[in-house]
Amino acid sequence: MPALPLDEAGKYVAGAYVVFLVLIVVYVAIMAAKLQRIERELRELAGFAEQRSAEQDEAREEVGV
Amino acid sequence: MYGKGLRPLSIATIAALAVSLSLVFFYAPLDADQGFIQKIFYLHVPLAITALVGFVIGGVFAVLHLRSGDSRWDAYSYVSIHMSVIFGVAVLVTGSIWAKASWGHWWVWDEPTLVSFLIVFLMYATYYPFRYAIEDRERQARYASVFAIVAGAFVPLNFMAVRLAQSLVHPRVFATTNGGLPGSMMLTFLASLLAIGLLWVTLVKFELTAKSASGQLKRLRRALDAPAPGGASRVAPEVS
Repeated sequence: MPALPLDEAGKYVAGAYVVFLVLIVVYVAIMAAKLQRIERELRELAGFAEQRSAEQDEAREEVGV
Repeated sequence: MYGKGLRPLSIATIAALAVSLSLVFFYAPLDADQGFIQKIFYLHVPLAITALVGFVIGGVFAVLHLRSGDSRWDAYSYVSIHMSVIFGVAVLVTGSIWAKASWGHWWVWDEPTLVSFLIVFLMYATYYPFRYAIEDRERQARYASVFAIVAGAFVPLNFMAVRLAQSLVHPRVFATTNGGLPGSMMLTFLASLLAIGLLWVTLVKFELTAKSASGQLKRLRRALDAPAPGGASRVAPEVS
């Protein structure tokens, strides 16, 4: 086949590079969502650990009294 | 642990991608035969090479896993294959776009290079159901490693078989005595290959970091004996 004119070839070239870009952006977005979930869970666990520590302190004080 | 050096690596990858794109569109000359459409070559071929090398790397990590029994190598193998499958999707899509523009068809079944890549891709697509059909984590890792080694050995064999199959449809631009890539095109291609390779390494490291954080979170949750808010965990291998 003869070489496509620039205006027509441009669409295909842009299409190929955009597909690649979209694929990478989608992957990074999924990973970012995953990291946000990890961060949220970590905050919850930190809260849980603090709560437990406070409860243990209270229990120790009661025993001490 | 895995996140160490991720920031400079990401910056280097973005810089390399910017340089390679600049070379592709402002430095590399237009191909005499294909014209502007040949610019897809600088994306499609590096993606294909990186994906295939990534599959082989996945096999090498699998060998290390079987030799040492260390689950970290299994995670490396899994992430390498996972990333190469994603790159494989990009190879197939960009290749189809190039084929449509060059040959007038989205897919050509009598072209060994295309079909062999599709076979490799489909083979690795079975890696996930194969892996997660096994519930026991140790057995899962062991069987997945065996799969990764066998499939990883198939990749170079498949490549050699295709090179031996003489076809005039798919262009051969490397290792040809006449009509190889001119210097400016080769430089652009090597820059693109480096950029795509760096992107693969960065994304593998990124995914390993996320998996490591997720694994440590699970360990912490077990230690605190707290219930998981999201229910069941993901099936991908844990990284400690």
